[in-house]
Amino acid sequence: MRPILMKGHERPLTFLKYNREGDLLFSCAKDHTPTVWFADNGERLGTYRGHNGAVWCCDVSHDSGLLITGSADQSVKLWNVQTGAQLYTFNFGSPARAVDFSVGDKLAVITTDPFMGLPSTIQVKQIARDPSEQTSESVLTIKGPQGRINRAVWGPLNKTIISAGEDAVVRIWDSETGQLLKESDKETGHQKTVTSLSKSADGSHFLTGSLDKSAKLWDIRTLTLIKTYVTERPVNACAISPLLDHVVMGGGQEASHVTTTDRRAGKFEAKFFHKILQEEIGGVKGHFGPINALAFNPDGRSFSSGGEDGYVRLHHFDPEYFNIKM
Amino acid sequence: MAEVVSMADIEATAQRHGIDLSSVDLDSIRLPPGEDFGIKSDDDEDLHQEDPLEFEAGFGNIIVVDNLPVVPPEKFEKLEGVIRKIYSQIGVIREGGLWMPVNPETRKTLGYCFIEYSTPQEAELAREKTNGYKLDKSHIFAVNLFDDFEKYMNIPDEWTPAEIKPYTPGENLQQWLTDEKARDQFVIRAGTFTEVFWNDPRQLMPDLVYRRQYWTESFVQWSPLGTYLATVHRQGAAVWGGATTFNRLMRFAHPQVKLIDFSPGEKYLVTYSSHEPSNPRDTHRVILNIFDVRTGKVMRDFKGNADEFTTGGSGGVSGVSWPIFRWAGGREDKYFARIGKNVISVYETETFTLIDKKSLKVENVVDFNWSPTDPIIALFVPELGGGNQPARVSLVQIPGKEELRQKNLFSVSDCKMYWQSNGEYLAVKVDRYTKTKKSTYTGFELFRIKERDIPIEVLELDNKNDKIVAFAWEPKGHRFAVIHGDSPRPDISFYSVRTAHHTGRVSKLATLKGKQANALYWSPAGRFIVLAGLKGFNGQLEFYNVDELETMATGEHFMATDIEWDPTGRYVATSVTSVHEMENGFHIWSFNGKLLYRIPKDHFYQFLWRPRPPSLLSAEKEDEIAKNLKKYSKKYEAEDQDVSLQLSEQDRKKRKMLQEEWDAWVSKWKQLHEEERELRVQLRDGEASDGEEEYEAKEVEVEEVLEVQEEVVAFDLD
Repeated sequence: MRPILMKGHERPLTFLKYNREGDLLFSCAKDHTPTVWFADNGERLGTYRGHNGAVWCCDVSHDSGLLITGSADQSVKLWNVQTGAQLYTFNFGSPARAVDFSVGDKLAVITTDPFMGLPSTIQVKQIARDPSEQTSESVLTIKGPQGRINRAVWGPLNKTIISAGEDAVVRIWDSETGQLLKESDKETGHQKTVTSLSKSADGSHFLTGSLDKSAKLWDIRTLTLIKTYVTERPVNACAISPLLDHVVMGGGQEASHVTTTDRRAGKFEAKFFHKILQEEIGGVKGHFGPINALAFNPDGRSFSSGGEDGYVRLHHFDPEYFNIKM
Repeated sequence: MAEVVSMADIEATAQRHGIDLSSVDLDSIRLPPGEDFGIKSDDDEDLHQEDPLEFEAGFGNIIVVDNLPVVPPEKFEKLEGVIRKIYSQIGVIREGGLWMPVNPETRKTLGYCFIEYSTPQEAELAREKTNGYKLDKSHIFAVNLFDDFEKYMNIPDEWTPAEIKPYTPGENLQQWLTDEKARDQFVIRAGTFTEVFWNDPRQLMPDLVYRRQYWTESFVQWSPLGTYLATVHRQGAAVWGGATTFNRLMRFAHPQVKLIDFSPGEKYLVTYSSHEPSNPRDTHRVILNIFDVRTGKVMRDFKGNADEFTTGGSGGVSGVSWPIFRWAGGREDKYFARIGKNVISVYETETFTLIDKKSLKVENVVDFNWSPTDPIIALFVPELGGGNQPARVSLVQIPGKEELRQKNLFSVSDCKMYWQSNGEYLAVKVDRYTKTKKSTYTGFELFRIKERDIPIEVLELDNKNDKIVAFAWEPKGHRFAVIHGDSPRPDISFYSVRTAHHTGRVSKLATLKGKQANALYWSPAGRFIVLAGLKGFNGQLEFYNVDELETMATGEHFMATDIEWDPTGRYVATSVTSVHEMENGFHIWSFNGKLLYRIPKDHFYQFLWRPRPPSLLSAEKEDEIAKNLKKYSKKYEAEDQDVSLQLSEQDRKKRKMLQEEWDAWVSKWKQLHEEERELRVQLRDGEASDGEEEYEAKEVEVEEVLEVQEEVVAFDLD
């Protein structure tokens, strides 16, 4: 089907997130306003105004009531999804990069960038039921990895935190004590910055995309490398289909090279791979800049991509897609 | 690999010892030298693994000058002054590098001295130049390298008969030709790896034969018949080959070798290096060695200033055009030649000396080319004296040096010679000035070498002002293709020099108008040609059948920089090498333009098909096979089918295995997941839904009252 082009952001997209029901799509961009859209027809519902810098990441609670956003303005904000009201602001000494609600939405993991001599951190905050009781204290702070931590998410039963970033290593931490439990192997793991990390629908495995032009699938408990998918371009974003055994990867050459070469050289495609066979299925073209964000609708019947070009493209799969035989 | 100590462990240890890590600058900690506390650093290991620097055997830059006058101490300084004067002209003598020993009893000199230069090259040059230098009648210098002395001293005084090694049969170096599937090999260089593959079009992927990291330091090259693969190193060149893998067969010592070239019959290898002069006013020194490939012996070496080896004669074109030595055609490797000022020096390989002991004198010659099959040289002399003496192209037979044919040409600006691969035809592209001398136009002179008296024919294009972009003969054929006209969309014309009525006239076969092409690549078997648009055209490809005069397919390999046909003319490789930052890798196409497979490789430098020696079948036999092709092809068609069936079978199996593996993993996970359900529900405050619970989508009708209006309706009760 023709993709729906959603124009609302003025700067490159950074992150996309569907709520659990798959009727709302939240988008973050380098312009300061996260936006919520109807995931079906691409109609813009509203924006969340208050940040003063690029918004890098967001997450929405299980009941679609609470939105958390992390921004380069060194703050993380909690919002009322429905009204757009700012509920609380966590302030940090450096830009916030990744946010993720735990199962049950009582905790959130936040990563901050290394900045002005401060090292990068992974912090866990308690999220109060009632916003008026919200405090800014961290339950846990983990330091150690070098460089930015681009993504951090919760493992099964909130017992672990999985992080990955510029040092190309994927790590699993104990979410109680902050101890490092597992580290990906240097040989088989990524060779360059890990740009994205997304969990499967059931939380059993996760996919990491890296600038080393590959994406890798890992066991969330044991951190065993299950699959590797190789493309021709650095991977900025990746997602796992909740419906079929497909993964999608997006990226493209670096934005700084775009103007100097032919449009065809960029390969700004969302590439579909068979999750198990590791074979390329096809690609969806459209963006005229690298793809920075990808997300599958929880029903697996549509996906959206956000690009450096500032557009979100919402793709509903054609019926043929569900009949692909490998 | 040492055990990896994670940050968390370090923090834990620090806490045990009561150290606040944040106050410690880890970078400032220095371990005492030689003590690593059992912690191996990656850097150290790397250093140890690297080859130890190769020092010269010791004294390569020292020479010993013998036969000096024996002088008393009064004259010592004078003699030293003289020697210093002589030898500092040649190179830089190291400080304190001149030592003349003195007999402690008589206090006279011993008649020899040592001189240390800053480089071995200078020492070598000094030996060459001053050995035999006459200081006066009774003192003729005998100069040797210090290292040589040791070598000579080590030679035993008594002669012992050389041990005759028993003959060990070598491997079949041409084993690759006997591949059952009749596949071809190619070598690629990407990153630090050099790899040799089979091209396996049936499997649609390459099949690795051999790979090696740091195999070569600059490039690799196949020998012309494909027997050897040559690698280039700092110390010299090496050739590799073997039946099933690649072993080093021979090394050719030539320090700082830059370029190599095989003779067409691969008997000899020419290596070239140029060296920075010690005195910046001097020109570069050039060293060329000709080795016998099989024995590794130096057959002849050439040394001199770069000037002597630059071609272009009076044109003053600087730089060396490679190969300097051009080999005569054929597999005998009998003659080779190079161009000099007003001469062409032709050598023969029996003695490695000039034929008749003198060069071929040709005033102002600027270019020459051997016929690919016969010992015939085609040479070109430009116009002289402002047009008073016309330019000329002549054909000279070697070794007799008689001129077979000559053609004078007027108002010529430039000339280029193209031989057809069988040596039957020679095309000379001539750029002539127009009357006003402001611009040039191009024509061709076609020589029919194999016909009596070598007739020459002049060919001009329909529009003679067209610029010629490219020209190419059909290999082993009688046709040629020309790209002419102006770039964005030039035309391509095909001509034949053999016509149905044998009138000996060139005839035009077809012209394709407005093609995006700037390079021509004929199939080595003839008949097919790839019209390619490289560089500015971003890699447009057109596969054209010249027999039928029709386009078979068009394609594109975006940014392609190189195109090469495999030696059999069945496949075409197009590649993007590292001149572009992106898209690096290669594509393999069938001869009719079907893209077979694509291999992306970062930092891709080279793609070379392994050449094959010429077919042993006679032309008649080949014709017969072509006639009865059906009979032969049946067998292969059956094989093809088998392969594709087998392939799909294999594929299915592999897929099934992968799927099963995955399913096993998932079921294990599901079990664990199930066990944890309770805990999860707790985390969600009793709310069970995380997508795993069954829930039905119910359609709920909600009625909303939008507006209520009361109206009095008139009834008629009657």
